[in-house]
Amino acid sequence: MTSSLAGIRPLVRLIARRDRFIMPLWVLVFALIPTAVASAFAELYPTDAQVAQATQQFASNPAFNGLLGPIYGDTLGSLVAWRNSIVFIVIAVVSLLTVIRHTRVDEETGRRELLGSTVVGRHAPLTAALAVVVGADLVIGALIAATLPSSGLPVTGSIALGLAMATCGIVFAAVGALAAQVTETAGGARGIGIAVLALAFVLRAAGDSAGENGAVSWMSWLSPFGWAQRVRPYATERWWVFGMLAVFAAAAGGVAYVLSVHRDVGSGILPARLGPASASPRLASPLALAWRLHRGLVAGWAGGLAVLGIIYGSVADGVADLIGDNPDMMEIFERLGGAGVLIDLYLSGVMSVLAVIATGYAVQATLRLRAEEEATRAEPVLATSVGRLEWVGSHLVFAFAGPTLAVLAAGLTTGMTYGAVAGDVAEQVPRLLGAALAQLPAMWMLVAVTVVLFGVLPRFTELSWVAYGAIVLITFLGAVLGFDQWALDLSPFTHVPTLPGGELLLAPLAWLLVVGALLVVPALGRFRRRDIG
Amino acid sequence: MARMNDVITMEGVSKTFGPVRALDGLDLSVQQGEVHGFLGPNGAGKTTTLRILLGLLHADAGRMQMLGGDPWNDATELHKRLAYVPGDVTLWPSLSGGEVIDLLGRLRGGLNEQRRGELLEIFDLDPTKKGRAYSKGNRQKVALVAALASDVELLLLDEPTAGLDPLMEESFRRVVSEELHNGRTILLSSHILAEVEALCDRVSIIRAGRIVESGTLAAMRHLTRTTIEAEVASPPIGLAEVPGVHGVLIDGNRVQCEVDGDHLDDALRRLTALGVRSIVAHPPTLEELFLRHYRADEAPKPAAS
Repeated sequence: MTSSLAGIRPLVRLIARRDRFIMPLWVLVFALIPTAVASAFAELYPTDAQVAQATQQFASNPAFNGLLGPIYGDTLGSLVAWRNSIVFIVIAVVSLLTVIRHTRVDEETGRRELLGSTVVGRHAPLTAALAVVVGADLVIGALIAATLPSSGLPVTGSIALGLAMATCGIVFAAVGALAAQVTETAGGARGIGIAVLALAFVLRAAGDSAGENGAVSWMSWLSPFGWAQRVRPYATERWWVFGMLAVFAAAAGGVAYVLSVHRDVGSGILPARLGPASASPRLASPLALAWRLHRGLVAGWAGGLAVLGIIYGSVADGVADLIGDNPDMMEIFERLGGAGVLIDLYLSGVMSVLAVIATGYAVQATLRLRAEEEATRAEPVLATSVGRLEWVGSHLVFAFAGPTLAVLAAGLTTGMTYGAVAGDVAEQVPRLLGAALAQLPAMWMLVAVTVVLFGVLPRFTELSWVAYGAIVLITFLGAVLGFDQWALDLSPFTHVPTLPGGELLLAPLAWLLVVGALLVVPALGRFRRRDIG
Repeated sequence: MARMNDVITMEGVSKTFGPVRALDGLDLSVQQGEVHGFLGPNGAGKTTTLRILLGLLHADAGRMQMLGGDPWNDATELHKRLAYVPGDVTLWPSLSGGEVIDLLGRLRGGLNEQRRGELLEIFDLDPTKKGRAYSKGNRQKVALVAALASDVELLLLDEPTAGLDPLMEESFRRVVSEELHNGRTILLSSHILAEVEALCDRVSIIRAGRIVESGTLAAMRHLTRTTIEAEVASPPIGLAEVPGVHGVLIDGNRVQCEVDGDHLDDALRRLTALGVRSIVAHPPTLEELFLRHYRADEAPKPAAS
């Protein structure tokens, strides 16, 4: 075993060196968010009675239940644990992608071979990647457990929340390790990993949408995210749930190690298939090439979001039950216009969640431009009679149209399933398609930001993920953290009208389009004149 | 500025990347119908030169012309008339080799189907494998077939044989000679001297972003020394005193030395006086020529390809 781990120390140092800026950044941000949320809530609701009232209000909002899960207990700690469940997902994504970055990406680019020829044991690269990421996750957990008590929260609950946060990261680090063994390409590994993560989120969201006692609440027990929340920090913690998380992580990691022994460096478990000996006549333009490179993403994201829409739409009718036993809330909603208002509130929340998810796809698709350039696959194309704008355009078509299709698919399935349950498909489908359309200008803004980085600061194009992360933060935590209006306004989604149900304001949408165009056009001009590579 | 039959003319071209001066006043001229060897070690600026000619990089200074046009402003028009093989070929993981060949050929404006088939056979390349499944050499073959099967006037080849085995190198040389008969012009960058020696009419040697030597191989050899290895009857004393003889190495009755072109006669007279049992003389290889250029001035400035 020692020899199979030979060389692990320099490998760990190499990973730490390559991630020396980005890793401390995410460790600190994730470690500090819970404390920031705690102090924001403490300011917002100074008395215990106000906290208890707030938990009740949040618990009866179905969109919140679907997105963030149930609230356990009625203390400040309950609110903090519940709100931070969004960070569970982000830490899982970052852990997953970081493990893949230091395993499959290295193999695909051949860096792994360079290392393999030196004294590096068979298990050393995978172990080094896991060790660094698991270590970072544990540091985050420890920092959370150490800092939250200073905001006046119980120590036991803080430890439980910190540990839940860390185990979410660790579980998906193991999923990343497993995904990295299965396919030959890093893109494929990321796709599989993100798909597992999305499934875990969807199961939990579906299970929680109709409340703890809903008919499908068992689905939450199929998801690691569901488990992490069912630890119930600050509300009679259930420590045994950590056992499920540990078993899951150990199983995924164990399978990854078994697979890594049974394959060659560079290859995957899924065999590479043969392709045609000559190209079909249609493969004769940059656009046709871009379609080949994007079609998997288009199908995966459109399909995934359509499934999310089906799940969210099918539970929409049940959201009225959430306030069934709360006469005060019922009275408020009766005055506002009855159960219909509540369902619309839920549906508009769902649409903005779906749009923010699809925006992640928009960033990913736009980043293909930089990936093609960095891998020197843009070079042979640009060395033919294809112009630079033609090449960029061929990818931007899919960066704009792909997420558009995905969010419209989600709107369609949400409308169809909710309409089917409510008995008015003909009315609901156009309403939800309209709500999806209204999200587009905000989603496209992230494409524009990515194009600006690509044109002007190509080496920093991937910073568009930071912009995306900031928008997720502003959209889901901005109001709670008490951001000023100007900070909230930085997110394009702040300017999207509340649909269905709200008033359709066209001016902000038009402004988003104008600003986006003003960003993209000069950035493309810059790209025409800059060096490639 | 360009002479009538020049396909490529570069004058005083410079390019810096941050603090690194990759090209430092480079002059290069490639004539119609020749195979021009572009020689230099890794990092001398060969790839940077080719990428400037392709309009992928913008030169900081200097004048240049390619196929009668400007490489930067007329890029897309010029690219219809040339084909490029990068030194490090990366393929799309999901596309088969055959698809890449057809795609690149079509984007260039057409592919000779018959030639494509012949080249696949010559290079023994399986076009059905997907990008990731090819070895480095096979990825290079994909790019070579795509370039050579296109009906273009100019081929820009960046170390095209770096990943090929000796048999394939031989095939490559044969194909390149055929291309010459078809009237094409080839700029062949390489650090493999034997290849350039076998293929090229004229050679430019690049060092730290500058051309240090340019001309026909015959003209360059004239400036250099012949190597003689001999076994003689009596110990070869006094050979070192003969003018024009350098680097004498004596091992018993065996001797090795380098002799200036215009002093060969004196050196041989001296050797025959000693009683020659065996003798091998060979003209300077490009290797030696090349090494001398790099030893001559050992103050390499930082440069990147």
